[in-house]
Amino acid sequence: MSDIQLMKGNEALAEAAIRAGCQAYFGYPITPQSEILEYLADEGRQRGMIVLQAESEVASINMVYGAAGAGARVMTSSSSPGISLMQEGISYIAGAELPCLIVNVSRGGPGLGTIQPSQGDYFQATKGGGHGDYRLIVLAPASVQEMADFVFDAFDLADRYRNPVMILADGALGQMMEKVAFREYDPEQHKVPKPWATVGKPKSRERNIITSLHIQPEKMEQINLRLQEKYRTMGEREVRYELVETDDAEYLIVGYGLAARIAHRAVEQARADGIKVGLVRPITLFPFPSDIINTLAHRTRGALVVEMNAGQMVEDVRLAVNGLIPVAFYGRMGGMVASPEEVTAALNVLVKKDVAQHAEAY
Amino acid sequence: MEQELTAAELETMECVYAPTDLLTDIRFHYCPGCGHSVVHRLLMEVVEELGIQENTIGVAPVGCSVFAYNYMDIDMQEAAHGRASAVATAVKRILPDKYVFSYQGDGDLAAIGTAETIHTANRGENILLVFINNAIYGMTGGQMAPTTLLGMKTTTSPAGRTVETAGYPIKMADIVATFAGTYFVTRQSVHTPNAVRYLKKALTKAFQYQKEGRGTCFVEVVSNCPSGWKMTPVQANKWLEQNMLPLYPVGDIKAPK
Repeated sequence: MSDIQLMKGNEALAEAAIRAGCQAYFGYPITPQSEILEYLADEGRQRGMIVLQAESEVASINMVYGAAGAGARVMTSSSSPGISLMQEGISYIAGAELPCLIVNVSRGGPGLGTIQPSQGDYFQATKGGGHGDYRLIVLAPASVQEMADFVFDAFDLADRYRNPVMILADGALGQMMEKVAFREYDPEQHKVPKPWATVGKPKSRERNIITSLHIQPEKMEQINLRLQEKYRTMGEREVRYELVETDDAEYLIVGYGLAARIAHRAVEQARADGIKVGLVRPITLFPFPSDIINTLAHRTRGALVVEMNAGQMVEDVRLAVNGLIPVAFYGRMGGMVASPEEVTAALNVLVKKDVAQHAEAY
Repeated sequence: MEQELTAAELETMECVYAPTDLLTDIRFHYCPGCGHSVVHRLLMEVVEELGIQENTIGVAPVGCSVFAYNYMDIDMQEAAHGRASAVATAVKRILPDKYVFSYQGDGDLAAIGTAETIHTANRGENILLVFINNAIYGMTGGQMAPTTLLGMKTTTSPAGRTVETAGYPIKMADIVATFAGTYFVTRQSVHTPNAVRYLKKALTKAFQYQKEGRGTCFVEVVSNCPSGWKMTPVQANKWLEQNMLPLYPVGDIKAPK
């Protein structure tokens, strides 16, 4: 690891995109992620990337569609309101099965909201934020190192499944500086054949059409069934999570991204107070690590979900737990970030309730 | 009195016209008399005559010509409504040595996609925008378009378009001609055989300019919509000449000297 640098999350992500062989970036400025566009407009262009500042996020995502359809490794980035504008295009990209990377360095909403960090876009990212039945693979980094690492993974996953992949970060991860080491990665070795791309039709093959339009409902249903099968395969093969001190845990905290870092500190504090608690950090938000959460629910007494929103991922945790243990929630909204002490206090409430109920049972 | 010709007789005759091989065998879904099928044919004739089938990528819109890719035997992408020029921009940036065109109607290019049209032209993207202006939304059943004439009846201007409720018809070719990024901006039509020949010349020029890397070429085609206009094809073409052309006159708006 000779290549350690101190970088902002946004810049580390942009640098990783260049190193991952991203050929083109289309985007529109929005806080707190404009450094991605700025870094690529400078460094990216100097190193051969096509970088176009589009007239809007709507244009950006449709340029991603065109470039991906032409066979390029391509990305865009934005923050919450801009990602909302892209939703129609993301649905088309998923429908046409084009590989690309979409980065959401999210901020507090709803509406124009705030430029401070938030996890309020979990539903939008994981449930198919646009129209129709589709899914993105969603990766949630929790450090500047992962802001870089997940770019390489995202491009490879996008190519493997011909599906858009989203990196769902937040304004704090985008803006904060940490050390980062870039992995050895040769884009040439990760290139996959794209015989479906519209690069000009030689006489030797049928024409290639990039479309999501299939007007016959019988055909459209078949395509939907195939897409659902693809999403199931992702669920079988691509689930990623991190476990911290769950081996002997009686209680669980579940959190992703920045909230997981705060929760990690809360776990340390609670352990010092004698509470046996562990942390589950989903890394893929879709596919969601339901199985491990269900497994752990069988040998724990309660779970606390910590998010920077009004309670979104908690719904997926409750589905995974399926009533086995109580699931509590602690969240801050609108750009506010919980302290580890707040999380520890919320955990203590859960533990006290459990102890009281346990006492009643006797 | 018609007589079937024998094969031997056919052999002796000179072929003066044959459909281009670049149109597929799929039957057009367009209404009788619609200008779309003529423009599709011309585009593919031009691509064939220039020998650039292997190097041409088209982008279809949302609208009546949403299925353009079914008929043109070239690689194509189907764009979201209004975004064809953004999609075409990206295809060209990735494949700068290829010929790229978008094919869009008035709702697509001049209403929902206005921002993309203007910024594509203003950036001077080295692509061709083909703009079919028939002053109505055909596919959705005859609603008012941004190019609908004042007084013209549509399902959403049943008493005729008025300035008070809908403002004035927009003249996109004139707008994009003001940008330094455009090189060749012309308005043609398809209502007579002569007009069709002029249109084909304009399309040929646009592809040649693209080869030379001159910037954005914009070919507006004043077209018809017999079904939406509630007219026979012959009536529609007469109506086009008498009503559309005074507001949307044919001719080059911006052309190299």
